[in-house]
Formats: sequence, structure tokens, C-alpha cells
Amino acid sequence: MKQFTTLLLLFSLFIGGGIALAIDTPEEMLPNPVQEKRAEHLGAQLRCLVCQNESIEESSAPLARDLRKAVREQVAAGKTDQQIMDWMTERYGEFIRLAPTFSFATALLWLMPAIAIISGGLLAWFAMRRRPIAHAPLTEEERIRLKELSGQE
Amino acid sequence: MTPTRRKFLTALPIAGAGVLGVSFWRILHNMNDGSFDPRAVNNPHVGRPIPTFSLPGIIGQGDGFSDHDLRAQTRPVLINFFASWCIPCVQEMPGLRAISRKIPIWGIAYEDKPENADAFIKRDGSPYERLAADRHGKTAIDWGVTGVPESFLIIPGGRIIWHGSAALDPQTFENEVLPRLAKVGL
Amino acid sequence: MFGPEQGHFALALACILAFTQFILPLWGAHKRNARWVEIAPFLAISQLIALSLSFFDLILCAVRDDFSVQNVAANSAISKPLLYKITGVWGNHEGSVLLWTLILGVCGAAVSIFGRNLPDILKGRVLAILGGVSAGFQLFCLLTSNPFDRVFPAPPDGQGMNPLLQDPGLAFHPPILYTGYVGFAVPFAFAVAALIEGRVDAAWGRWVRPWAVAAWCFLTCGIALGSWWSYYVLGWGGYWFWDPVENASLIPWLTGTALVHSAIVVEKREGLKIWTVLLAIATFSFSLSGTFLVRSGILNSVHAFANDPARGVFILALLAIVIGGSLTLFAWRAPSLTSGGIFSPVSREGALVLNNILLCSICAVVVTGTMYPPFMQLLAGRTISVGKPFFDAATIPLTLPLLLAMGIGTALPWKRAHLARTFSHLWGAVLITFVGVLLCFWQFAGALPIACGALAIWVIIASLIDTGRKIGIGQTSLNNVFSRARILPRSSWGATLAHIGAGITILGLCGMSGAQQAIVEIHVGDTRTLHGDQWTLTHVRDYVGPNYHAMQADITIRDHSGHLITTLHPEKRNFMSQNQVTTEVAIHTNLVTDLYGVIGDRHGTGDNATYVLRLHYNPLAPWMWLGALIMAIGGAFSLSDRRLRVGAPQKAINRHTATI
Repeated sequence: MKQFTTLLLLFSLFIGGGIALAIDTPEEMLPNPVQEKRAEHLGAQLRCLVCQNESIEESSAPLARDLRKAVREQVAAGKTDQQIMDWMTERYGEFIRLAPTFSFATALLWLMPAIAIISGGLLAWFAMRRRPIAHAPLTEEERIRLKELSGQE
Repeated sequence: MTPTRRKFLTALPIAGAGVLGVSFWRILHNMNDGSFDPRAVNNPHVGRPIPTFSLPGIIGQGDGFSDHDLRAQTRPVLINFFASWCIPCVQEMPGLRAISRKIPIWGIAYEDKPENADAFIKRDGSPYERLAADRHGKTAIDWGVTGVPESFLIIPGGRIIWHGSAALDPQTFENEVLPRLAKVGL
Repeated sequence: MFGPEQGHFALALACILAFTQFILPLWGAHKRNARWVEIAPFLAISQLIALSLSFFDLILCAVRDDFSVQNVAANSAISKPLLYKITGVWGNHEGSVLLWTLILGVCGAAVSIFGRNLPDILKGRVLAILGGVSAGFQLFCLLTSNPFDRVFPAPPDGQGMNPLLQDPGLAFHPPILYTGYVGFAVPFAFAVAALIEGRVDAAWGRWVRPWAVAAWCFLTCGIALGSWWSYYVLGWGGYWFWDPVENASLIPWLTGTALVHSAIVVEKREGLKIWTVLLAIATFSFSLSGTFLVRSGILNSVHAFANDPARGVFILALLAIVIGGSLTLFAWRAPSLTSGGIFSPVSREGALVLNNILLCSICAVVVTGTMYPPFMQLLAGRTISVGKPFFDAATIPLTLPLLLAMGIGTALPWKRAHLARTFSHLWGAVLITFVGVLLCFWQFAGALPIACGALAIWVIIASLIDTGRKIGIGQTSLNNVFSRARILPRSSWGATLAHIGAGITILGLCGMSGAQQAIVEIHVGDTRTLHGDQWTLTHVRDYVGPNYHAMQADITIRDHSGHLITTLHPEKRNFMSQNQVTTEVAIHTNLVTDLYGVIGDRHGTGDNATYVLRLHYNPLAPWMWLGALIMAIGGAFSLSDRRLRVGAPQKAINRHTATI
């Protein structure tokens, strides 16, 4: 089965689902639309471990189907989102979360937007603070080059 | 902006690109020797006690087992998730039979019709000491299984000390499983 | 008589020409030998001729069903339709690398032909850099992914192509996308040439901008086409998955967009020079690394490419030379580039700087998110996932201020502006935006889509009002307006169009957040309601296609008052030879909403049979791609601007346009 990941992967491209759509039969869905919405929202944050770049809601792999069922059973049983996510990570590890939890190791990832904006802003601010730039005097070589260039242009 | 600061800032891109480049080279190097697999999934259960479960048997193949049976063992056991519909599992069988002479293997049939699993095992002789059926794959999820075949090494007292997510063959057993056992003094 | 060896030979010849094109002009420029510099255009054109022969030869092998060629045997089959025999040539790794080098050759020839008024030395250096990159990739093609390899004995028939890929949308997606990627090689070459020369000025900005805009147009179209393809072929209404391959195309698009904007400041105000040079290098570097890292298998992607770590080493060495070399040159020469005009933070330049900061921040987030999992695995041995939920949460908040600035930016004058005065022209836009917010509340779900939708409306209205003010609507007579509209530079019209396009795309994305779907299992004759429309499964038939069996449904859709809207014919096809099932989605669009139907499994037989159907109501979905098209048209329109046209005689254009 592992060896067929690629096959499955291609296969999953056919019958998958984008926003909660690999559901192959309506039976899979919870009768209560509010609960179904919650289940879809949770499923969209869980990674299918067979077709690895899809969420379990999108994937049509059998394992994704089983996990969807597990999510829906727990939603129906009144578990909170946090409890369901913990249940999943306990079994499959951090890998199953499509958005990693904030921790020391993922701090750089989550803080990236702020880091980028601040460093961009600082760079612009420093560049705008006009100070006359002290030019290094030309070396002999550069002087000759300059002459040649200005002759050329 | 002082010239020094300019020089520092304009050197940043090449420094960053260099770090990235070296890392990619490391990754490629590790991919070649097999120590880095971009598709690998870490099973979080290694080092933990086994999950609770209780599975029925397969008709004609004994009457299943539970976590109690596993914990009560006084020797290490290999748990092997398999299915009759999975081609790598079929290919794995001869190797498993060879390994079963060195360590007891307990099989769990994953999402398989009992009659199919039964026929599959009877065909060439069973490597399994005990068998159980996980009809709906619930136990497999509790173990963090992502596909079949997958194997786990359980030491007495019911702790998982090794997990393999590919077909098991005698060579892998020699290279990976036995050293793990030696480490815990078994 | 052409055989694969002739193509192989032509490729080797092109490689030699490319190396010559790399070395001679650089040496000539260094030694002040004009003849060696002037030979560059000739070499670039002959390299293109050799490459075209090579590529044409590979197509010929595919059309002739020459299965002694490994590449044809692995990707083609006798039964394949002719169009897909041709387009299938670049539907695989080897062929796509050859296409990549061909487009690079086209870029070199284009610079030779359209760059007539460039200074010889600069032109020679630009062509030399392009030749160097070409040579590297042709070597890669020859040594690790030769499309002309023979296989012995030749199989009687090929293995065929994935039916999913036999689609006109996918046939033209790679060439357009690659033209975008490779097109950024030209600004890159200009940047490196300028660093070698140690000079960047307004003229350089004017020469480089059209190439950047052209590449940007192609990349925009390529990304939109890919997204549209996944929407109508894959059959679940998804259009963007934040997959590494998709991110690899988005990253250069973001820096490329920043480049197109920052080059304006170089051209008009001689500012942001160092930054623009860096962006030009970065954009092409991202194009290269994105495309090829995906192929080395480092990144985990749903888009199946043959992964081969051995190729990866070659690619990495190539990237090290191209990217490492250019960035080292940058670190060495850039500090000596002088900066230009002074401007206050509140000005057109200031807005462009803000645009660059935001675009590059989004880019940084996407790069980090894409690279985090493999690095985490390398450094900490932990496997984590970074997917859609993260990217949505991290990028959307950054697009909000970007949209806000887009609406104001074009209305601000250069050097120094008064926000209050600018806003006095735009109060109408603000008002309409408020109405837009109310509309969004009524249509979209969730706070972010509402904010995005409102700001997208703001961008569209503000762009329109600003252009209207520039041509004097409501200020002078109609005749005057027309003559002003004619005088208004095309680059200004282009910018307006592109901004409106961006707004429309964002609106489409927001609209999709309010999409509704139903998954139903019904008998023939049953009706289901979705978003007020009645969807009836009227008929299902089976038929046999050329190389598949199909089940086709007729789904009639009527609105709430019973008027017939359309009949959809979704299909499910089973390709026996590859043992694959594909779904043929049926979409009815009125350019505002898509009604989207998919047929799934049949359960039971005869009159009792039930069918699983997926019905989607996708509001504003077509706008996503329509907006992208308008963006590209805007870019193309600004390319036709006299002042930008490279090679056009430099006429005095001082009539009325000096301050716009």
C-alpha cells in the first residue's frame, strides 16, 4: 500500500473533495448541519496520511474515510474541538495537524509575518534616513575603467 | 546608512542562500543514504505503552487477543498489521515466516473480510502465532497506523520500542529490530 | 530524415553555442573588444535555431510513435489523440526541461531582436548571462534527463499518458507558466550585467521594466490556468491547495510583482536601485529553485513528478552557481550603487515601498511555510505539516493592508503628498466601499472574507475614480475628456486595469468562501434544492468512448420560479487501459456564479439504482480567473506604452504627460 502512494495519490485526485468533498456517500454526513459544519472545519485541519497534501475531508483514501468517521462520531458525542484534535495528535503525532501548534520549534513559522513586516519597515526607515554617503576614493584601476566607460557611453 | 551597514545588508542574501543551499545538500545527501524520507511519518507511539484494544479472532484461526494478552507476555512480540488485499503484504509473507522462527509474530488483519484473511493465511502457511481482526480499522487508528503492512516491536510489560512502516524482511529485522532488542537487554 | 539522434545532436550544438555566448561577450566587454561583444546576438539566435530543431525533433518522434525513444515509450501511445501526442512532449520531466531551455533560448533571441537601442556592452553582457544559464540547463538536460535516450528492444506500444492530463487546459498550462518563470531570466540578466558594470540608472529601469512586466503577465496567466484546471478537472471545486508546487509558482509571482513596482521608482525617481537589483535576482532565483527543488523530491507534493535525488545534486550545483554567483556579485558590487531622489514616506514612492514590504512579507511567509517541514525534519527529526489552515491565517491579514494601499497608491503624487487632499478625491470610493461592506455582510461568511471583499471593492472603485480624475471626468467638457484619455500614458491605463483585475480576483476568492454544496444520493427523477435552485436528475445513460466507458447524467436546474436555467451533463469515465476513473465535471456559468455538478457512484441496478451526486453553488468563482486575465491584459496594455517600448525611437514625450 505504501508503495502505491503515488498511485493512490493520483487516484485521490479524481474523487477527492475540496471543501469537504471526498465524502463519497451522503450517509457519512451528520444529520445535524451545525455539527456537520464543525466536523468539516475540523477535518480541513487534519492531514490525510496517505495522500499527504490533502486534508482528510479532501482525500478519498480509506484511512481518511475512517478518520472522518472518527471525527464525526466524536462531534456527535459532544467532544470539544480541542479534545478531538488532541485525540488525533495522540495517535498520529503533530504531523496530522495542517496548522502546527505554536511552540518553541514553530515560533519562527508563526512569527514570520511580524518578523517580515518589522524588518522590512526597519530597512525602509534606515534607507530613508538620508545621510550623505562617504564614497571611498577611486582606485587607480577604477579611474581607468571610468575613463573608458565614459568614453564608451 | 553607513557604508559598513550597507556592506552587511547586501551580504545578507548570499549568507541566507548559502545556509539554505548547504541544508538542501544535506537533505539530498540524507535522502540518498535513506536517512531522510520526505514522505516519512513519525509514529508517536514508539516508547509508549501499547494502546488499549480487544479484537475478535478470525474463524478457523483462534480467538483474537487484547492488550492484556500482550502485556502478559514474558518475551518480546512483533505486532504486524496486514491485509489480504495489499500486495506488499503478500510479498512480505515469506520474510515474515523466516522471522517468525526468531520472534513470535502476532497478526492483526486490517479492514479485511475474515474469510479472505483466513484463505490468505492458509495459502502458504501462517507466520503468525496469534491472529485478530480489526474489521473497521479502529484499532489501527489507535496505533497510529497509516497503511499496511506496518509492524511494531513490543517488549514485556507492553511497551512499543520500534515501529516499521514498510514491508518487513529478514534483513531489516537483523539491522533494525535486533539492535533495538539488544539495547533493552533482550 | 530526422531521427532522435539529430535532435540530440542539435541540443548538444545549442549547448556549445550557449557556452560560447556566455564566454565571448563577457571576455570581449572586459577586454574592450567590440567584435566579441557584437557577436552575442548572432550566437543567441543560432542557439535558438538549434534548440527549436531539437524540440521539433522530439515532437516528431512523438507524432511518429517512435517507441524506440524511451521518453515517447513511457509517455505516449498509439491510441493517443494527435493533439496530446504533441502536448504530451512537455508533460513529463525530460520534455519539460527541454521546453524550459527552448523558452530561455527564445528570451535570448528576443533580447537580441528587441534590444536594438541598448548599449552594445550592456546587451552583450545580458546575452552572456542568459547564455550561461542556458548552457547550464542544457547540460542538465543532456547529462541527467536526456529526452532522446533510446530503449532497446523498442516496445510495440507506449505506456500512454494519464487520462487526467489529457486536457487542453493542462496542455497549455506548462508552456505559459514556464514562459513566466523563464521570462524573469531577462531582468535577472540585466541586474547581473548592471552589477558587473557597477551602474544602475533611470535608463536601466526603463529597459528592464518591460521584460519584467511581460514575464509577470505570463506567470499570472500560468498560475491562473493551473488553478482553473484543478477547479474544472479534479472535480471537487478546489482551486488552490497551498501545495509546495503551487507555492513554488506563487513565490516568484509575489517577488515579481514587487519587482514590477519597484522598477517604476528606479525609472522615474532613481530610487530603490539596490533593492530592485536584488528583487530581479531573487525572482529568477525563486523561479529556478521552486521548479527544480520540487523535482528533486525534497518537497512533498501531490503533483507527481518523477523524483530522482541524483538529479537533485546536479540541480543543486547549478543553482549554487547561478544563484550563489549572482548574490556574491551583489554583495560585492551593490554597496557602491548610489541611491537617488529623496521622498517623504507619504508619496507615490512611499506607497510603492509599502507595496514592496507587504508583497515580500507575504512571500517570506509562503517560503517559510513551504520550507519548514523539511528543515524541521532535518534539524530536529520531527515531522510536522504546514498546510492550508496556516497559510490562510498567515497571509490573508497581510493582503488587507496591501489592498488598502493599492487603492490610494496610484492617486498619490511623487515625492510628497497630503493624505487628506488625496482622500478628498476618493471620498466617493470610501462611500461605495461602505455599501460594499453591507453587501459583503449579506453575501459572504466570516470576518476575513468580508474585510477582503470590502477592500477589493475599494481597490476597484478607487482605481476607477483616480483614472476618471486624471482624464478630467466631471471637470471639463466631454471632448476634453476624450483627448485627455488618449494622452494618458498606456502604462497608467495598464496599472488601473491590473489593479481592477486584482480586486476582481480577490472578490472571487471571497465569493468562494460562501460556496454551498450538497452531496445527495437519489433516484432518476428525484429533485434536490440547493441555494433556492431545483436540481433534478432527469436521466442517466452509459456509452462507450474512444478509450473509455462512461456514465453520463442529465441534471436539469430550474430557479425558484420554475424557469429552466440549464441542463448539466456530468460524466464518470473509466479508462480500461490505465484502469483509471476520472470525473468529467459539468459547469454552467453566467460569469457571476458557477453551477457545478459531479456524478459519483451508482448503487443498485435497473429502476432502483441510486446515484451519488455532488452539487455546488459557487458564487463569484469565475471572477478568480477573470480577474487574473484582466491583470495580465493590464500588463500587456502597459507594454504597448511608447515610452516603455524598447527599440522605439525616443521621441520627446513632453506634451501633457510630464506629471502623471
